[in-house]
Amino acid sequence: MANDLVRPEQFFLNRFGMNESGLERILGNALERKADYADLFFEYRSAEGLALEESMVNHTSKSVSHGVGVRVCAEDRTGYAYSDEVTFDRMRIAAEAARAIADSRAAPHPAVQVGGPVSRHQLYELESTPLEVPIEERAKLLREIDELARASDPRVRNVMASFAAERKIVMIVNSDGQVAADIQPLCRLNVTVIAEDDKGRQVGSYGGGGRVEWKYFVDQDRWKHYTREAVRQAIVNLDAVDAPAGEMVVVLGNGWPGILLHEAIGHGLEGDFNRKGVSAFSGRIGKSVASPLCTVIDDGTIPNRRGSLNVDDEGTPTSRTVLIEKGILRGYLQDRLNARLMKTAPTGNGRRESFAHAPMPRMTNTFMLAGESTPEEIIGSVKNGLYAVSFGGGQVDITNGKFVFSASEAYLIEDGKVTRPVKGATLIGNGPDVLTRVSMVGNDLALDSGIGTCGKDGQSVPVGVGLPTIRIDGITVGGTRA
Amino acid sequence: MAQVDAALAEWVLDVARRNGATAAEVLCVSAESLAAGVRLGEVEKLKSSRERRLGIRVFVGQSSANASTAELERDGLEEFVAHTVGLARLTAADPSAGLPDAALHPKSFPELELADNDQGIVDADTALAIARRAERAALSADARIKNSEGAEFDSGRYYIMFANSQGFSGNYESTSFHLGVAPIAQGDNGAMQQGFWYTANRHFAKLEEAEAVGAMAAKRALRRLGSRKIKTTRVPIVFDPDMAASLLRALAGAASGPSLYKGASFLVGKLGERIASPLVTIHDDGIMVGALGSKPFDGEGLATNRKSLVEQGVLKTYLLDSYSARKLKLRPTGNAARSVGDSPSVSPTNLYLEPGRHSPQEIIGTVKQGLYVTELIGFGVNGVTGDYSRGAGGLWIENGELTYPVQEVTIAGNLKEMFQSIEMIGNDLHWRSAVVSPTLKIAEMMIAGA
Repeated sequence: MANDLVRPEQFFLNRFGMNESGLERILGNALERKADYADLFFEYRSAEGLALEESMVNHTSKSVSHGVGVRVCAEDRTGYAYSDEVTFDRMRIAAEAARAIADSRAAPHPAVQVGGPVSRHQLYELESTPLEVPIEERAKLLREIDELARASDPRVRNVMASFAAERKIVMIVNSDGQVAADIQPLCRLNVTVIAEDDKGRQVGSYGGGGRVEWKYFVDQDRWKHYTREAVRQAIVNLDAVDAPAGEMVVVLGNGWPGILLHEAIGHGLEGDFNRKGVSAFSGRIGKSVASPLCTVIDDGTIPNRRGSLNVDDEGTPTSRTVLIEKGILRGYLQDRLNARLMKTAPTGNGRRESFAHAPMPRMTNTFMLAGESTPEEIIGSVKNGLYAVSFGGGQVDITNGKFVFSASEAYLIEDGKVTRPVKGATLIGNGPDVLTRVSMVGNDLALDSGIGTCGKDGQSVPVGVGLPTIRIDGITVGGTRA
Repeated sequence: MAQVDAALAEWVLDVARRNGATAAEVLCVSAESLAAGVRLGEVEKLKSSRERRLGIRVFVGQSSANASTAELERDGLEEFVAHTVGLARLTAADPSAGLPDAALHPKSFPELELADNDQGIVDADTALAIARRAERAALSADARIKNSEGAEFDSGRYYIMFANSQGFSGNYESTSFHLGVAPIAQGDNGAMQQGFWYTANRHFAKLEEAEAVGAMAAKRALRRLGSRKIKTTRVPIVFDPDMAASLLRALAGAASGPSLYKGASFLVGKLGERIASPLVTIHDDGIMVGALGSKPFDGEGLATNRKSLVEQGVLKTYLLDSYSARKLKLRPTGNAARSVGDSPSVSPTNLYLEPGRHSPQEIIGTVKQGLYVTELIGFGVNGVTGDYSRGAGGLWIENGELTYPVQEVTIAGNLKEMFQSIEMIGNDLHWRSAVVSPTLKIAEMMIAGA
């Protein structure tokens, strides 16, 4: 087992009795009709979760899943079939189902020869994953979080803490003969606090993680920071007044508010939408879509990040893609299918939730480069506005470009000073327009703490975002106060 | 289809017992499905799948653990069960944990017709033909429909088996069929709008006609063309049935046991109190024949049933599994939901707001100036406080008539007040999904715009 994990491409061969000639035969089956490309995606995922509520670690869970997906691409068509039984028999049936997408062919496809592994990044070579840390130790940390949160403020009524860890082993074998394999650890620690006083009840939450070891949470007392932040947010919100309604100047804090880029820009630049011409950004490469202060990057190669991958789920090494350079739209995020049809190169953004899904272009870690203003200068420049530092989820309508993201911690700015906290409110804007209104960019770029999950077409994948403090000169804030 | 048999479940429960579990449950799900998509008349995708998963929950006294696996060979399962019992021993003893009271398990199950016996998985050619018809209807509806995200027809067949160590054992089969289509309209200024419409049913023959679904999708795309952002204002809001249903889902979330015992709900302590306008009656009915949210027993093997969540504005019950019921010192309500490998959670079954007397046109006709909401985006609903702020779009109402389309605004309020201020309820209840509502008019909400 240990040796399999050093060379993940050996794992499926050993564990499920796969062999090269068998894989070549299945790919041959998949290509029997007039297909351009076929691949096999093997996955073996183990996951464990622990959760604390009411001061007890009373939920533990474990899951093991595995399966194989067979994909056949012919022009812009995709056939996909999967099975959770990793056997040559099942793979042959899947290949027959997937190839139905393609027309029949006259001349046979040349035989596939499975070659050696492709190179991959080494972004998360861990000594051990949190799955190997004794459950007792993980449970103890959750109890310490509970104690710390309750000791932090008498208004804390309830604490919920959870720790989830997984390890995925994947292998992709394609009809070009390429083999890519990877071991992908991922974990996340979350703290949610309910606080109550005579005015009411409020919630605060904070968390983080990534493709990291257990000690990440203990180093620099990160778990204490997560806990105090959750408590602080719940307590702050107890005093929150109604949020304003209407278009106003908004300052976004650094880090997680980068969800703005994910919703407003990132999805609209995914290759599939642009190939089909259904994105509000379609056909706008080379055009100005943001203020010259804005440079936006998607980078799947940052070590240990939640959104990073050594290879994407099609076996392509991830990369750093400039989406917007000084306000000019430069690039799209591509998987193999859409890159081929758009006559460009894949960018290592072909991702999928699991073997039960075909890949599509997805973001990795999406962020804006730092500018020159200090956060104090930015806030000080605003006479009346909103300062939003934490957010819940967001969503976008790709086709018309309208996007939302919902603030969970925000304050009024009055005469250049941050004053009262306001209740959560949704911010709504237009993707191709919102970054043109960015008038100041801070020197304090931060990536989020490792909590993002992105949903698209029913598939969830872990992602990261990042932002320096920025000033947007007008965006609609959906409060209740006129 | 491949089924996990009751003998395997019995064997798993026995292995758990032999390893020291004092109680256990086993859930097996087998699923087969086929999805077929077309775009601009051409085949775009075919996806076929089969999956089997087995989940267990084991108890050692008051300590429990959950686990799931796709490895169904007995050798591997033996170790898997033993490991899970070991995990339970490491978990804190929780005085409220345990299987439901054995006396509450039903002795017989209702016949709910959840599976279509005439139609299994729809073959690829038929599915593609249906999707093509729907998309063609959308594309030919109007010259301004210029592009498409395609049409997709999905069908699936599921087998669910659940058993526990106190003698409950039940299983059922279900089917589902779904057709969705997403044409794109383009206006004179080049701006694009997508329209989406769908039909879903457990019985193939009861799906709406593909052409009608396509035509409706086109209509929905076209009516969004030329959308404007409006000024910030406070006006009456009319929610179309689909958007109104999202309010019911939010209410059901706040009325569910786990939110309540954690203190994470604006409905804490509201049982028996008036939480909505007296016009509002909401039912949760898990035993409607053939319905999308029906099941013969819930995720813990308790009987599903028909009950009123809200009666003339008064909150009559919470939605509870046995754990949250014990926490709240109430009885479980047959609303345990279960996914393989998880503890029970809580969800409504078929949840609907009882229709009123007014046609949607009559309701719109009462509004001098207001917004008819046909789309909502984002997650701006705070279940703890009831604070509500979501991105919205729809049609502006002027002197009782629908006029121009509106986008890039938010609507905001608080669910507590929104439910109290429901002024009119439509007569247009259609069973499109498991949670449905007729048209609703809310007295006033804040619109944030320009």
